[in-house]
Amino acid sequence: MSIKQVSVFLENKPGQLSAMTALLAANNIDIRALSLAETEDFGIARMIVDDIYEAANVLRNGDFIANFSHVLAFAVPDEPGGLNKLLNAFNDAEVNIEYMYAFLGAKDTEHAYMIFRVTDTKGSEAKLAARGWRPLTQEEIAAV
Amino acid sequence: MERYFQPEIECAPREEMIKLQNEKLVKQVQHVWDNVPYYRKKMEAKGLTPADIKTIDDLHKLPFLCKDDLREAYPYGLMGKPLKDCVRIQSTSGTTGKRVVAFYTQHDIDLWEDCCARAITAAGGTNESVCQVSYGYGLFTGGPGLNGGSHKVGCLTVPTSSGNTDRQIMFIMDLQATILCCTPSYAAYLGERMKEMGFGPDDIPLKAGIFGAEAWSEEMRRDIEKTLGIKAYDIYGLTELSGPGVSFECSAQQGMHVNEDHFIPEIIDPVTGEVLPEGQQGELVFTSLDKEAFPLLRYRTRDICTLTREKCPCGRTHVRMGKPKGRTDDMLIIRGVNVFPSQIETVLINHGYAANYQIVVDRVNNTDTLDVQVEMTPEMFTDNVGEIQARQKALVEGLRSMLGLTARVTLVAPKTIARSEGKAVRVVDKRKI
Repeated sequence: MSIKQVSVFLENKPGQLSAMTALLAANNIDIRALSLAETEDFGIARMIVDDIYEAANVLRNGDFIANFSHVLAFAVPDEPGGLNKLLNAFNDAEVNIEYMYAFLGAKDTEHAYMIFRVTDTKGSEAKLAARGWRPLTQEEIAAV
Repeated sequence: MERYFQPEIECAPREEMIKLQNEKLVKQVQHVWDNVPYYRKKMEAKGLTPADIKTIDDLHKLPFLCKDDLREAYPYGLMGKPLKDCVRIQSTSGTTGKRVVAFYTQHDIDLWEDCCARAITAAGGTNESVCQVSYGYGLFTGGPGLNGGSHKVGCLTVPTSSGNTDRQIMFIMDLQATILCCTPSYAAYLGERMKEMGFGPDDIPLKAGIFGAEAWSEEMRRDIEKTLGIKAYDIYGLTELSGPGVSFECSAQQGMHVNEDHFIPEIIDPVTGEVLPEGQQGELVFTSLDKEAFPLLRYRTRDICTLTREKCPCGRTHVRMGKPKGRTDDMLIIRGVNVFPSQIETVLINHGYAANYQIVVDRVNNTDTLDVQVEMTPEMFTDNVGEIQARQKALVEGLRSMLGLTARVTLVAPKTIARSEGKAVRVVDKRKI
């Protein structure tokens, strides 16, 4: 099962990111994973949060542009070669990664949690599952 | 010593000029009545026939034409001659993306080139001169107009067109060019570049420059004159009337002489349409007296300026107009190109953006910059940077094909475009002209 990520449009200028985090903080929303993509004049913050719908509401009401996209989350053994094993499966399944980032502060210290944005989420998911890699569900990721 | 290209006309006594204008106006009104149904209807609506226009004192009775008429009649509706008699078009941008297309017979081109030849001669041009035309050639009137004028004077004409600065400088230095024709901002840029290359005013062979198609200040003139070691002359015109050379500056540098044997200028109150007395500031209106293919009568330029008949030390008797001080519409002139905010809006909407934008115009190193800031919308947003940038690039391309200018497009957060009294401020012009 894919999980939902919230992406937010940010202007590339001082104070933009903190304006967003302040809004989320004020509404008691926990950011569980975050990555930033930046260009010369704008950036995109992509996040996994504890309450995705609340986060989107709060952001939109705060005049941010936010949308959802489906991403795949995987747990890999937190040891040398852990991520490599997973990426080998991606290679094998010919799954194209658009971008990826890591999960922050999981309670479970044995695993590292990675978020992947892939081309053709559903198809990729099936191909990876066939190779023994099942992505985490929204509930599972919430419990991490 | 002041030189003239056609002294008998340029220095004609006022009475003679009025006589000539009367004859030409009567003929021109009849020509328009017979050949341009669009304007004939306007006259009929006011109960006018050609018989009502006997002298230039009757000019004020005629209906106005404005840019909207040009759009409505686009492309052939204001043509005064059949296609078989027309030999050229020139074109400039219009208000909502429809371009203004002006037609010329060979006679029209001749009179236009005469006007440019007068300007070049007033700037000291002779058949000994090497005249480099660095205005764009093509649909834009700058290049073709000055090119033709330069030929008429007999200058060695160097048709470099715009751009490729290092090549421009090479020709100026190698061919020992004495006259430069381009936009004032480009002249300033060339000057800066030549200075960087170690050429001082004494090394530069240029003696005069004929600069127009955009607003420039007296300070900018002095700067250009100092850097290039030249005398800089202003020139005015618009595609609707032919192009550059509708009026031009003489050695006195105190306003531009209107070529009154071809164009009658009036200053009107832009609100009431009343003709204002000499010396008062208002909207400039032109009547073309002998253009055949595109014979516009009482065309409203939207430029705000004044006219004076005070005696000019150069000896020319033609009325002088001051530098246009502004516009009655929202047209911007950027790098010599006419730009309407509505054109930019059209492109934005066609590309899926909302009409929440701001146009920031500035002048950096004497070159105009155009920055279009547009608010991101939920529809245009994705989590994919490449996709957003591809759309941004497509928008730059769309603007370039609409305006003929490269703009910088910046995507900004929603509701960040400054709004005054609830209404967005569409244009911020930071240029100090």
